[in-house]
Amino acid sequence: MSMTITEKILKHHSGNEKVVPGQLINAKIDIILAHDITTPAAISMLKEHNIDKVFDPKKIIVTPDHFVPNKDIKSAQLAKRLREWVSRHNIENYYEIGRHGVCHAILPEQGHVLPGTTIVCGDSHTCTHGALGAFATGIGSTDLAASIATGELWFKVPHSIKFQLDGKLQKGVYSKDIILNIIKDIGVDGALYKAMEFKGPTIDSLSIEARMTITNMAIEAGAKTGIIEPDQKTIDYLKDRTSAKYQIVKSDPDATYEKTLHYDASEIVPTVAIPNLPSNSRPAKDLEKQNISLDQVYIGSCTNGRIEDLRIAAQILKGSKTKKGTRLIIVPATTGIWMQAKDEGLFDIFNEAHAAISTPTCGACLGGHMGVLAKGETCLSTTNRNFTGRMGHPESKVYLASPATAAASAIEGKITDPTEYI
Amino acid sequence: MIQKAKAHVYKRDHINTDEIIPAQYLNTDNEKELAEHAMEDIDPDFTTRVRPGDIIIAKKDFGCGSSREHAIWSLRGAGIKAVIAETFARIYYRNSINNGLLAIECKGAADHVKTGDEIEINLETGKITNTTTGKTLEFAPIPKFALDIIASKGLLNYIKQKRT
Ligand code: SF4
Repeated sequence: MSMTITEKILKHHSGNEKVVPGQLINAKIDIILAHDITTPAAISMLKEHNIDKVFDPKKIIVTPDHFVPNKDIKSAQLAKRLREWVSRHNIENYYEIGRHGVCHAILPEQGHVLPGTTIVCGDSHTCTHGALGAFATGIGSTDLAASIATGELWFKVPHSIKFQLDGKLQKGVYSKDIILNIIKDIGVDGALYKAMEFKGPTIDSLSIEARMTITNMAIEAGAKTGIIEPDQKTIDYLKDRTSAKYQIVKSDPDATYEKTLHYDASEIVPTVAIPNLPSNSRPAKDLEKQNISLDQVYIGSCTNGRIEDLRIAAQILKGSKTKKGTRLIIVPATTGIWMQAKDEGLFDIFNEAHAAISTPTCGACLGGHMGVLAKGETCLSTTNRNFTGRMGHPESKVYLASPATAAASAIEGKITDPTEYI
Repeated sequence: MIQKAKAHVYKRDHINTDEIIPAQYLNTDNEKELAEHAMEDIDPDFTTRVRPGDIIIAKKDFGCGSSREHAIWSLRGAGIKAVIAETFARIYYRNSINNGLLAIECKGAADHVKTGDEIEINLETGKITNTTTGKTLEFAPIPKFALDIIASKGLLNYIKQKRT
C-alpha cells in the first residue's frame, strides 16, 4: 500500500502492519527534547504520581532556553528543577548555559535529529525537525510526562497535505517568505491536525537550515507536523554531526494526499506578516509605502536565528548603522552559532551597526525578557508569532519577516523591502 | 452533566495561548498563581468575574499557538469546567483532555449564548441547552478514549490504571 513519509514513520514506530489517516496508534518515541518551561511541570507530575523515572536517559536531550540566563527567582527555580532531574536520572545530553541554545536550533545542530525517527518536545515548534525527515510534534507537559516515563505516546495518524514548490526564488526572497505566503493562503488553522509535506525543486534547492524555517512554522497553520523528505543535503548535513545509523524514508510516488497545493516560487516576493496573526501577510513593498516606523528589530529564534540567517543580516548591515530611534537586537540561536558568528567577524559588523548581541535565549521571542516591548511599541521580528502581546505589552505590535527584511528595515527605521540591499 | 454553568462568551476565532496566559507568567506552574492571570491579554477583567463552575464559549481554533499546558491550568485554576468552541487547536485539545478539562466542539454556540447566560451540558445526549433562552444545540460526540482519560482524571492516572 502506498504511503506518505509521515504514515511510514508512524507505521514503523507503532508496529502496525499498516496505518491510515484517522487511526489512533501508540508510537514509540526516539527522542524527547526538554526545556525549562514545560519540562519542570512534567517532572513534578511524574513525582506526584510516583513514577519518577525516565524510559531511556540517552534518548532525552535537555537545554534550558526560554528564560535563560534566568530572568528572575521563579525562572531560576524552574531551571534548577530541570538540572536536578537531569542529574538524578544521569541524562548525559544536557546543554548547560555556556553550551546551550534554543532547543529547536541545538537539537539538529548537535546531530540528535535523524531521518525517519519520532521526536516530541513540550513545545509547539517541535515540527522544525521535520526538515530532516523526522516525524516531530509539539506536546504539552502531561504528554511529555507520559512519554518520559514510557517512551511511547498515542497519536491520531494525520492526513497529509502536499505543498509542491517549483521555480527559482528571486533575489531578496528566502524560505521565510515562502512559508509566510503558504500560511497566508491556507490560514492559521488551514492545516489543523494535518501533516504538511513540502517538496519540489524549490525545496530541493534550499539548505537544511532554510528548510527548517519552513517546517518550524507548520504549527502556525495548525499542523501536527511539517516534513521534508531527506536527500543528499540531509545526508551531508548529518555526516559531521553524528555517527548514528538511520533510514531514509520517503513518500511513495502514488501516496494519497488530502490535497496538493502548487506554488510557483519565482512569484513570491519579500513578505511581512502584520499584527496579529502569522497569516496576515503583505508584500514588504506595499508596507514600505505606509512608512511603518519601528522601535525595535529582532533577529533570532528557532525560526531565523541560525548562522545563515546571521550571515544574510550581516551582508545587508555591513557598513551601515541602525536608524536613530530603532533598536536592533540580534540573538544567535545556539552557542555554536554564536561562536561561528564571532569567528566569521559578523559581530564586528553588528556592533558597528549598533546592534545589541545577546547570548542564546528565547528571550523576547515570547515576550519573556531581553527585549520586551512597551505599550504602543512596534517591532519587526524574524520569529514566528505576532499574536496580541506576544513580545510584550498587549498594545505592542509585532511584524514577522525574513532576516534580510529585518536588516534592511533596521537601517531604514521602518519596514523596508530588502531587494535593493542584496 | 454540567448544570447552571455561567457562560463567558468570546465571539472570536483563534484565541491563542499567549492571550489565555501571557508568557511572562510561565515562570511558574502553580495553578493558583496562573489562575490570577487567566485570559489577561484578551479580557483583563475575566478573573474578577469568573466563578467556579463557569464555562467559556468561543469560535474557531481555540487555544492555538504554544504548547503551554499553563493555559489549561490557568483556566482550570480559575474554576472553568469546560470550554465550548467550534474547533480547537491540536495541542490545546490534547492538553485539555489530558488534564480532564472538557473541550466540546460545537458550531454556533457563540452566536446563541451571551455572556452571563446559564448553560447545561449533557455529555450523554450530546446537547447544550441555554437555559436562559431555551435554545438547544448539538455537539459532536467526545471520542471514547478522551472520555476514558477524563474519567480517570487525566492521562497519567489513565496510564497507571491501564498498566496495573
Ligand atoms: S525561539 Fe521563540 S518560538 Fe522558538 S522555542 Fe523559543 S520561544 Fe518558542
